[in-house]
Amino acid sequence: MRKLKGIAFGVAEAIDQEMAKNANVIVLGEDVTYWGAVFGFTYGLHKKYGRNRVIDTPITEQTFMGMAVGAAASGMHPVVSLMFVDFLGAGFDQMYNHMAKNHYMSGGQFAMPVTVLTAIGAGYGDAGQHSQVLYSLFAHVPGFKVVVPSTAYDAKGLTSTALRDPNPVIIFGHKLLTGLPFLPFEGEEEEVPEEPYTVEFGKAAVRREGTDLTIISAGLMVHRSLRAAEQLERDGISAEVIDVRTLVPLDVQTLVASARKTGRVLIVDEDYQSYGMSGELAFRIQAQSFDALKAPISRVATPDVPIPFSQPLENVVMPGVERICEEAKLLVGQTSHDAKLAQPA
Amino acid sequence: MWKPEPNIEDLRYFLENTGLTADLSVSAFRQMCLIRFFEEGIAERYYVGKQPDFNLASGPIRGEMHLAVGQEAVAVGVCSLLDDEDAVVSTHRPHHHAIAKGVEPGALAAEIFGKASGLCQGKGGHMHLFDKANNFSCSGIVGASFPQAAGAALAFQRAGKHLIAVAFAGEGAANHGTFSETLNAASLWQLPLIIVIEDNLYADSTPKWQALATAQHYQRALSYNVPAYLVDGMDFMEVYRVAKTAVERARRGYGPTVIEAVCYRYRGHFEGDAGEYRTQEEVDLWRMRDPITVLGAKLKKLGWADEAALEREREAARQEADKALAFAEQSPLPDAKQALSGVFR
Repeated sequence: MRKLKGIAFGVAEAIDQEMAKNANVIVLGEDVTYWGAVFGFTYGLHKKYGRNRVIDTPITEQTFMGMAVGAAASGMHPVVSLMFVDFLGAGFDQMYNHMAKNHYMSGGQFAMPVTVLTAIGAGYGDAGQHSQVLYSLFAHVPGFKVVVPSTAYDAKGLTSTALRDPNPVIIFGHKLLTGLPFLPFEGEEEEVPEEPYTVEFGKAAVRREGTDLTIISAGLMVHRSLRAAEQLERDGISAEVIDVRTLVPLDVQTLVASARKTGRVLIVDEDYQSYGMSGELAFRIQAQSFDALKAPISRVATPDVPIPFSQPLENVVMPGVERICEEAKLLVGQTSHDAKLAQPA
Repeated sequence: MWKPEPNIEDLRYFLENTGLTADLSVSAFRQMCLIRFFEEGIAERYYVGKQPDFNLASGPIRGEMHLAVGQEAVAVGVCSLLDDEDAVVSTHRPHHHAIAKGVEPGALAAEIFGKASGLCQGKGGHMHLFDKANNFSCSGIVGASFPQAAGAALAFQRAGKHLIAVAFAGEGAANHGTFSETLNAASLWQLPLIIVIEDNLYADSTPKWQALATAQHYQRALSYNVPAYLVDGMDFMEVYRVAKTAVERARRGYGPTVIEAVCYRYRGHFEGDAGEYRTQEEVDLWRMRDPITVLGAKLKKLGWADEAALEREREAARQEADKALAFAEQSPLPDAKQALSGVFR
């Protein structure tokens, strides 16, 4: 089978295959032609489908998000690029007050089949306005499905599912998983079928089995958690690693089953720590596994500060393998909490 | 922008009416050279550690890099008319505006390198430069400069100060809603605001003709009753002349002005941009209208400087740029602990 490096070409191939059979699919956004939406998610589509279906918009997030709402309500399935998730502010009203709500508010009259593609994440020095994750903001608003692929296989299958879904789906592709030559790559090259296939939403993937603790994460953090699990194994700790794949819908069942099995849960999240994914997952897990937990649920996330530019500062805020290992050891009791108290909050 | 070259008598007449003196013009020449050497010096150092494999995360300067080589005349033409307390709000491509506004090049360079001695102690980075002493700020979000400069103008107006605010923006930003919304409010309230569209013909990879319904941007200001000028942005003297009218109008309380300065960026939208959207012939054609060459030729024609004098200015500018870059390179990185402080005052 053919191998793919990174999620970008998986996403682009899925869109290509859906466009080939669904004439209602159009692509909208900034730099979606020559530059494949900058991060490759629409790469090659304009050569095949032309500018009639792959449309470079003026820099007008509010307007092209609103146009996606109107076009979706009128029978099309727009695929819209929000280049960096950090740019959401420029178009968010059309997204959270309309795209996410119109189906519900219209009593189900208007379907809202929109697929939004956006790039997330830090780790290469792009600072406070180009390094955020922010998927929790979208997951907080009822009406968005929130997809965070960590592998090329998932990226293709989840994107195909999104393009067959009659609801707004936001696909958050981590820049360090795109596989593009100008960015670091922390994923794995992997086999991806050339023929179309789908990956169901709401099914978490157990990426590694273990018995001492469960590490739950998404996107890039899945890879860092797996690397941490390898190190922990050398220290005699067996970590199970779960990739949630979609925050909405969320596969609570798989998370709870693992929490009950290991009795210890560490949530690893690159989004800001407070009021986000880590808190929500912890709540849902404890509600169904409290009696089986051996320790309070713990987390490693981006502390509540903007992403700083300078490398030593960025390294402090972005969750890394070392921090995951430290927190895991605390959780299983290999190091004391006194040592933890000496660390910054 | 191609236009008839005035003969020496006409040029003298033109200059008498602008108040441009030999001293002012030679000093502008030197500042444009400083910007050019600074930007080229940043470019050279940016590629350290990024060859042969180009990776945004590698080398002493990480992340994206947007340089303004070719656009010097716009920054200097406008900012040479401003006082320290006048506000300038710039963009993701901010270095030339910063230097022209009087930001100290060493502290600027140090911020670009993420050093503790940088303008923002390494927290901001190249797209997020802030210098209170020179009332300079910028944003990596396209279209963000217009309302922020209008807000500064509102504050100046309310305080009864004869200060003005300038928003710089690229041509792509003028398609953003904030441009139109700001024009309406600024005209309604007659704010001391100047909007400078640096029209370099491209929004990232998207040619202007692909994203613009009117021939130019300045036309749109007229529908909000805002005086607007289209000017050759490769010609310092032309930019200065128009900016002077706008500055005087704003300072006297007669309201906002839009200046659309047609110019060209020789380098990519960002470093690493392969330039798929334009030809080398086009770049070479624009280089023939290089703003530093154009100004140097005029200075000689007027007898305001001979070649030896121009070379002295170039050499002084080169040394100043080198000194700034050396200061940045030699400065220490910030202490990692600083990452977690400073969210609130």
